[in-house]
Amino acid sequence: MTDVLTLSHVTKSFGALKVTDDVSFAVAKGQALGIIGPNGAGKSTLFNLITGNFLPDGGTVTFLGRDVTRTPAMARVRMGVGRSFQIPQPFEGLTVFENLLTAGAYGRGLREAEVEADCIAILRDTGLLDRANQLAGSLSLLDRKRLELARAMATGPELLLLDEIAGGLTEGECQVLVATIRGLHAKGVTIIWIEHVLHALTSVVERLLVLDFGRVIGIGAPAEIMASKEVREIYLGMDV
Amino acid sequence: MIWLDTIVQGILLGGLYALFAAGLSLVFGIMRLVNLAHGDLIIFAAFAILLIVGSTGLNPFLAALLAAPVMFAVGWALQAFVLNRVLGRDILPPLLVTFGLSVALQNGLLEAFSADSQRIRAGALESASIDLGPVTVGVMPLLTFASAVGAIFLLNRLFYTTALGRAFRATSDDAVTASLMGINPRSVFAIATGLAMVIVTLAALYLGMRSNFDPSIGPARLIYAFEAVIIGGLGSLWGTLLGGAIIGVAQTIGAQINPEWQILAGHIAFLVVLLIRPRGLFPRAVD
Repeated sequence: MTDVLTLSHVTKSFGALKVTDDVSFAVAKGQALGIIGPNGAGKSTLFNLITGNFLPDGGTVTFLGRDVTRTPAMARVRMGVGRSFQIPQPFEGLTVFENLLTAGAYGRGLREAEVEADCIAILRDTGLLDRANQLAGSLSLLDRKRLELARAMATGPELLLLDEIAGGLTEGECQVLVATIRGLHAKGVTIIWIEHVLHALTSVVERLLVLDFGRVIGIGAPAEIMASKEVREIYLGMDV
Repeated sequence: MIWLDTIVQGILLGGLYALFAAGLSLVFGIMRLVNLAHGDLIIFAAFAILLIVGSTGLNPFLAALLAAPVMFAVGWALQAFVLNRVLGRDILPPLLVTFGLSVALQNGLLEAFSADSQRIRAGALESASIDLGPVTVGVMPLLTFASAVGAIFLLNRLFYTTALGRAFRATSDDAVTASLMGINPRSVFAIATGLAMVIVTLAALYLGMRSNFDPSIGPARLIYAFEAVIIGGLGSLWGTLLGGAIIGVAQTIGAQINPEWQILAGHIAFLVVLLIRPRGLFPRAVD
């Protein structure tokens, strides 16, 4: 099995604070990896290093066999790194469909006409079809989260990065979204998913990675990770 | 009948102000950049058209057609090599840079063309008029207004029906997120400024054919453009046309009462609109 993404000894500091400390891991094609860790553990920073919004101070990022450590963000999108934001950031002045069309055309370097059909299919998959011509600024939270997912999918990703996409949703809404993500995963999309809603995460991913103070303190099957004493102490704050 | 005539002339004059303003509005709408050299760039384009007409003897409209791609390149390069470097969270650096550009353009034009008043000759078109019964309108003001309507119509089409237009709007919404969708904001900005310079060329063509110009009159055109944009509401191009028309009508009415009041009346109309609707008549931009 080939690895889609490999991080090797990646380090990033803001001033004296090491937010990413010697992080190494790989994600194989078609796999789903969950990332957990307390607030401030450096999870979102890790995503920014993968997308190219931040450049690491040390280490290398390899995507599809190519060293992308210094590749700018928009070039990585075209290579196949798709991302959804923790706080939904739709283009509010564009309709839902236009959001996807723009992401599809520019993210894949194609003409709008060539991505139209895919965008409509993604709208159907994510349950946004009846909202297609609504301005993104007028959407509810669930629909905004769906749009985040849909727009990331429209860029034609080999690797989909989901940043706390289930956060802030009701249990019912969460299940709807998880079903959508599971569907995408079943189609073979490689996923890295940061999430605090553990049951949502563990119902999809094959592996969990635990981050604390920028370091990887565990990586493995969810059951194994959740049973580990260290993880329970640090992440779940339980006395064992 | 004289009042009807005054109002019609004012509305048509507003077309010229709308042309001054459309490029400014476009650039501000997409990158929140206030280009203080906008007026001087109009004068720069007017001299460019004058130069082409003078050296080739071409019709001014054809000369403007030749000048437009050159001005697009000027705008593109200005954005790509200068303005993109200073755009950021702080609004002061771009203001300072465009202010400096304004001073440099005025003095550069003064050096190259002297302070003499110039005019782009358009032959019989300058005095041609059409009798519409109650009012008689000049062909030139009519063409100006039609061009403003045409330019704004095409810009709106571009904004709402093309991939580039969607990229403009997406980048205007959130440049960082846009870059994560594969859009290069810097390249989008450069195209936008290039496009603004094409509209500037159109504005320069009519300015140069309708009145005298010299290197020092840019800043006053900037003021008219500003007023038209703000009256219309930031971000609304049709609002900008209405803003131009309001200033135009105020000026012609002012001039009707007393010729010395023409300019003042326009500024007073601007103040009155600001007092009643501080965000303009059709505000769209949130910030």
